Amino acid sequence: MRQNNMLAMILAGGRGTRLYDLTKKVAKPAVYYGGKYRIIDFPLSNCANSNVDVVGVLTQYESVFLNSYVAQDHRWGLDAKDSGVFVLPPREKDSGFGLYRGTADAITQNIDFVDQYDPEYVLILSGDHIYKMDYSKMLAHHKEKGADVTIAVLEVPMSEASRFGIMNTDDNDRIIEFEEKPPVPKSNLASMGIYIFNWKLLRKALIEDEKIEESAHDFGKNIIPHFIDTGRNVFAWKFDGYWKDVGTINSLWEANMDLLDEKNRLDLADNSWKIYTEDVATTPQFISDKAEVKHSFINQGCVIDGNVEGSVLFTDVTVEEGAYVKDSVIMPNVVIEKGARLERVIVAEGVTIGEGVELGAKDGDIQLIAKKKVTK
Amino acid sequence: MSDVLGIVSFESDHMRVEGLMEYRPIPAISFLGRYRLIDFVVSNMSNSGISNLKVFVKKQPRSLIEQLGTGRHYNINSKRGHLQILYGESNEITTGIYNHDINAYLQNMQFIEESNEKYVVIAPGYMVYSLDYNEVIKAHIESNADVTVVYKTIDDANENFIGCTTLTMDKEKRIESIAINAGQYKKRNVSLDTYVLSRKLFMDLVYEAARTSSLYTFKDILADVVVPLNIKGFAYRGYCACINSLDRYYEANMQLIDHKKAKQLFKDEWPIHTRTNDSAPAFYSSDAKVKNCLIANGCRVEGELENCVLGRGVTIRKGCKIKNSIILPETYIGEDAVIEYAVVDKKAKIENVKEIVGTRDALVYIKRRDRI
Repeated sequence: MRQNNMLAMILAGGRGTRLYDLTKKVAKPAVYYGGKYRIIDFPLSNCANSNVDVVGVLTQYESVFLNSYVAQDHRWGLDAKDSGVFVLPPREKDSGFGLYRGTADAITQNIDFVDQYDPEYVLILSGDHIYKMDYSKMLAHHKEKGADVTIAVLEVPMSEASRFGIMNTDDNDRIIEFEEKPPVPKSNLASMGIYIFNWKLLRKALIEDEKIEESAHDFGKNIIPHFIDTGRNVFAWKFDGYWKDVGTINSLWEANMDLLDEKNRLDLADNSWKIYTEDVATTPQFISDKAEVKHSFINQGCVIDGNVEGSVLFTDVTVEEGAYVKDSVIMPNVVIEKGARLERVIVAEGVTIGEGVELGAKDGDIQLIAKKKVTK
Repeated sequence: MSDVLGIVSFESDHMRVEGLMEYRPIPAISFLGRYRLIDFVVSNMSNSGISNLKVFVKKQPRSLIEQLGTGRHYNINSKRGHLQILYGESNEITTGIYNHDINAYLQNMQFIEESNEKYVVIAPGYMVYSLDYNEVIKAHIESNADVTVVYKTIDDANENFIGCTTLTMDKEKRIESIAINAGQYKKRNVSLDTYVLSRKLFMDLVYEAARTSSLYTFKDILADVVVPLNIKGFAYRGYCACINSLDRYYEANMQLIDHKKAKQLFKDEWPIHTRTNDSAPAFYSSDAKVKNCLIANGCRVEGELENCVLGRGVTIRKGCKIKNSIILPETYIGEDAVIEYAVVDKKAKIENVKEIVGTRDALVYIKRRDRI
């Protein structure tokens, strides 16, 4: 806060309905990704690496685990005196118990929290996205343009633009129009749901929006259009890099498979921008003399006696002799017993795949396996 | 266990882990890719509920200070607990042959005196084992012993624990004599240099040692007081390695590549903590061929590996054939290198070299940060 006068608020209430069993007990930001991480590690690590050191996390859906997870702020190095990760779930208030009615309402209900720090800028982030971003560059752009709001945008293929919130800009990066999922897009600049606001203006807009009954109290639907419509300086900041919103089992699988692509731009091994996560005390990984491991991303604690190819293995996965794991994502503490064969599946945490079980297929949708023990 | 003070002792002069020791004391040496040797004793103490630790460092404290920090990552409470790193600060009595445990304790006696704990557990930073010290303390109290010494019965004392002490005991496990293991015999009870005694007796013995000879170590004074004191043995039956030479260091790493063997050391309810490096998972390319290896996070493997231990962040490029070797963290090995029976120290960079081949009896050691 002292260095840049900017505080971050991460919207982490998302349910992730289309991730089925993976989000039955935890919110989407807590879903595992990339062999050792949870999705929310990305925005939190980005904050830590960008010197954004006061972070509010707005949780709602199945928040108990997520609250305790992010409260351990030392995991991201956000535990110095002037910094911290603060959990902000909906709560009982003088006016009664109020759920967050929308992304903007979540901030409105925490205006007091933000005011305590009296920031000049507030960075609004989503807890659902996988990417590495230096927010200090975005802030520099915000200041340089004299913006009231800056929205991070990503150039997407024109053919896919109608799936996104599209920003139409002038030559100076100023946003003149915002269209949510336009059937005929005029540009390919998709909103990443990452905003920098001047806090005074956002505060005012939130209080006004709260009173509007028909408002969805949503950044994309209400707040951003309000800023554009009232002629405020709303600017786009182009992000060039890997970014993924994993909403489905297929896209979660794809995002994991991206890590096996040598040209992938997320590059988790880049030590200049580490992604931090929970520190677990496990051994290194054991690859036995019977094992064959190729083209895979494997985390500590795994014990491999079988065959692993094109897969991402999380902490403490056991692959027994003769088992075969291909093009799959295997979450922590999974045991794959002798002779089992998996292809193009996601196996949820703690599942045991019994001896000789065969699951998955060469093509088609990715199968999620979440039943505690699968037997033949 | 709030009544127990943990003292981590350091190596004696006869212990020489050739090469690696030039850069750090033995307890700071990288082990099994992910750890440093000191992690085992500090985790044992922390897991046993000992929250006040005095870690003694013989020399070159930098790497140990870095590794241990406040002890938070070893689960030591940052307010109620305390991990203190201590070394002899007076050059007069802690250099050369005078740099031994008794002088280090003497120099820091105030901190031991000021502790409130009734007992001390002394355990070395160069031994690898996992043990609940509560069991030893319980046995110590029940047997009314003055000192309890943890030992292991081994049948390869002719090449293991050389220079360490061996014990003879009566049927009640009372220790009758303590001698140096010169390697003449196979079957011996070797001391794990791990002791339980009262804090008061510990201080008395330290003073007694200093009065006897300026070269006396804790082992020496203990051997002197076998009579009249009641010194008991406590048998440890799990995995233990004493890292007192490059050969033993290599052997312990190689043994623990075998997961079954490693299970004897790494138990489910007994985590071995270390300092996290926040490395990504290890990446294996399509060309990787890996057999019987122990690999830490952050590695990138493109070549062939057999019977190797890889530290964090090691890169093995395409066409490499590496066998029976220990590669320490952040080392880079360029394309087509052939390496056998080598210990490659931290951050070394090996490029355009076709062969580095040693034998089991003549291991090749590549220096830290070396460029080849």
